[in-house]
Amino acid sequence: MTATAPAPAAGKSPADERLMRRSLARRLLGRPELGAVVGAIAVFVFFSFAADSFLRMSSFSTVLYAASTLGIMAVPVALLMIGGEFDLSAGVLVTSSALISSMFSYQMTANVWVGVLVSLLVTLGIGIFNGAMLTRTKLPSFIITLGTFLMLTGLNLGFTKLISGEVSTKTIADMEGFESAKVLFASQLTIGSVSFKVTILWWAVLVAVATWILLRTRAGNWIFAVGGNKDAARAVGVPVVKTKIGLYMGVAFAAWVSGQHLLFSFDSVQSGEGVGNELIYIVAAVIGGCLITGGYGSAIGSAFGAFIFGMTSKGIVYAEWDSDWYKFFLGAMLLLATLLNAWVRKRAEATA
Amino acid sequence: MTTATEQTVRDEDERPTPLVELDDVSKYYGNIRALEGVSLTVHAGEVSCVLGDNGAGKSTLIKIISGLHEHDAGSFRIEGEPAQLTKPRDALDRGIATVYQDLAVVPLMPVWRNFFLGSEPTVGWGPFKALDVERMRRTTREELLRMGIDLRDVDQPIGTLSGGERQCVAIARAVYFGAKVLVLDEPTAALGVKQSGVVLKYVAAARDAGLGVVLITHNPHHAYLVGDRFVLLKRGAMAGSHLRAEIDLDELTRQMAGGSELEELSHELERAPKPLHLGGEPTPD
Repeated sequence: MTATAPAPAAGKSPADERLMRRSLARRLLGRPELGAVVGAIAVFVFFSFAADSFLRMSSFSTVLYAASTLGIMAVPVALLMIGGEFDLSAGVLVTSSALISSMFSYQMTANVWVGVLVSLLVTLGIGIFNGAMLTRTKLPSFIITLGTFLMLTGLNLGFTKLISGEVSTKTIADMEGFESAKVLFASQLTIGSVSFKVTILWWAVLVAVATWILLRTRAGNWIFAVGGNKDAARAVGVPVVKTKIGLYMGVAFAAWVSGQHLLFSFDSVQSGEGVGNELIYIVAAVIGGCLITGGYGSAIGSAFGAFIFGMTSKGIVYAEWDSDWYKFFLGAMLLLATLLNAWVRKRAEATA
Repeated sequence: MTTATEQTVRDEDERPTPLVELDDVSKYYGNIRALEGVSLTVHAGEVSCVLGDNGAGKSTLIKIISGLHEHDAGSFRIEGEPAQLTKPRDALDRGIATVYQDLAVVPLMPVWRNFFLGSEPTVGWGPFKALDVERMRRTTREELLRMGIDLRDVDQPIGTLSGGERQCVAIARAVYFGAKVLVLDEPTAALGVKQSGVVLKYVAAARDAGLGVVLITHNPHHAYLVGDRFVLLKRGAMAGSHLRAEIDLDELTRQMAGGSELEELSHELERAPKPLHLGGEPTPD
C-alpha cells in the first residue's frame, strides 16, 4: 500500500486527530463485496477477449438471466449464512415448490393461482420446519438440512411418479390463470431491441430489500448478531429463535419465486431437478464475501457472486468451448475469491 | 467496630426494599447440587460482591439473577416482588442487566451496533421502520465519552478494542438503558492491573449513579476496593456473608483462600520430605 492517508483538515474540528481519514481505496477494501466485484470485472474482461459475441447486448441479457435464476436464491442463502447457518435443502426446495403448485392445480382442476398460493404456504412451512428443527434440537444446520434435502428429493420423485406415473408433471398450460401467472413469474420485458426476463427484476428487488433489511433494520442487526455470537445476542435480548426461523422462511420464499419461474417458463416440471444447486448458491454467497462461520457478509456481494456464475456459464458457450469446463472454472473461482477475500480482510484490518 | 456494626444493623431496618433479594436459593442440575441455600441482597448505590473459587457456584448464581436459568428452591424477589425469570429478556425488562466476561459483545460488529444490540431505536412506521443510524452513532460516542472512554471510531469492529474497553462499553450500555441492577461476571479476570483499575473505576461510577451492582470475582483485592457487602461461596453453598464494616481485607483474603484449609496446606508443604532425587535415574551413593 503506497497510498498514504491525507492529514486531517484543520477546519474539521469534530474529527478525532487519532482517526486518520481513510482513503477511498482503503474504505473500499473494508467492504465484504470487494472480492466479488474484482472477480466479476476479471471474468468480464476475460470473456470479452475470449468470446467475440460476449459483448453484444443480447448476450448480456442472456448472462443476466442466468445470473438472476441463481441470484434470487443466493440472496437469502447469503443472509442465512451471515446468520451462521446453511440450507442444503434450498436446491430441491425450488423443485418441490414448482411441483406443488403444478400438481395441486392439475389434480384439483383449480385456478393456477390457487396452486401458486398453496405452494407458497407449503414452501414457507418447510422453511419453518427447517428453522424450528434447528433451534429446537440445536443440531448443526448441516445435518438438519441434509435430512430435509434427502427427504424432499425422495418426495419430489415419489409423489410425482405416484400421481402422474412419470418423472415429470402434466402440462398446465391450458389451465385458467396460467397466462397471468406467467406474466408475473416468467415474462419478458423488451427494452429497445433486447428482451430481458422478469427474473432479473425479481433479483434486483430481492437484493435491494435484503440489503436494506441487513443494514438499516433491527432484524438486520439481529442477523449479524446471531451469526457473530449467538450467546451474546441472546443475553442482550435478541430473539435468536425468531431470527433464525425468519431466515429459513426467507430462503423458502425465494425458493417459491424460483420454483414458480421454473414452472411457468415451461408448463411442466422435471421432478429430479435442483439437486446440487444448493452448493452453487452457497458458493455465490461465499464469493460475495460471506464468512462461512457467520456474522459477516453482504447481499450485494451475493449478487456479484451470481453474476460471475452467469458470465462463466454463458461465456463458455459464447467462446464455443466444451461446457464441461464450467465446473472447473467455478471451483477455481471459488478458491481465488476466498483467498482474495481473506487477503483483503487481513490488509484492511491491519491498516485500518 | 461494635458501634459500626450496630449502626449498619439499624440502617438495615430503615432501608427501602432491596432491588434484588435472594433468600435461601437453590439450583439443581439433575442430581448435581449446583447451588444450595444462598442468600444475597443488592441495594441501590451499593456493590454486592460474590466471591468464590472455580466451581463454587458463582456462574450458577449469576445465571439465576440474569434469567438464563430458573431457580429450584428459595425465594427470589425483585424490588420486593417474587420473581421467576425464564429468559434474559425478563431480567432486562425488570431492570437487571448482565455483563459477561466472554460473551458481552459480538466481535465482528461495529461498536455502535453492539451498543444498541437488542434495543435498537427506529424511525418510521410499519414495514418501513428503519434504524435511527445517526442517533445510534452519536449516542454511542457521547455515552462512552461520558464514561470517560474516548473512542477513535464507533464504526470499528468491537473485537478490535482491548478487553477492558469492551467491558466498559458493555457497562456503559447497561447504564444507558436504565438498568437498576448491574451484574458483572468476573469483569477483571482476564485483564492486567491497569485495565482492571479502569474497569473498577466504571463499577464505582455505576454505583455512584445509583445502580445496585453485583460483582462476581475470585479476586478479594478487587472486591474490597469497591464492595459494600461480600458473599463467599464454596462448593455451591454459602461460606460466609459480611458487611464491609465487619471484615477487613486480610480476613476476606484468608476466608477466600480457604482459611484453615490453606494453613493446613502450608503445614503439609513445609513438612514435605525432601525428595531423594530430582528426576532421572537415582544415582547410587
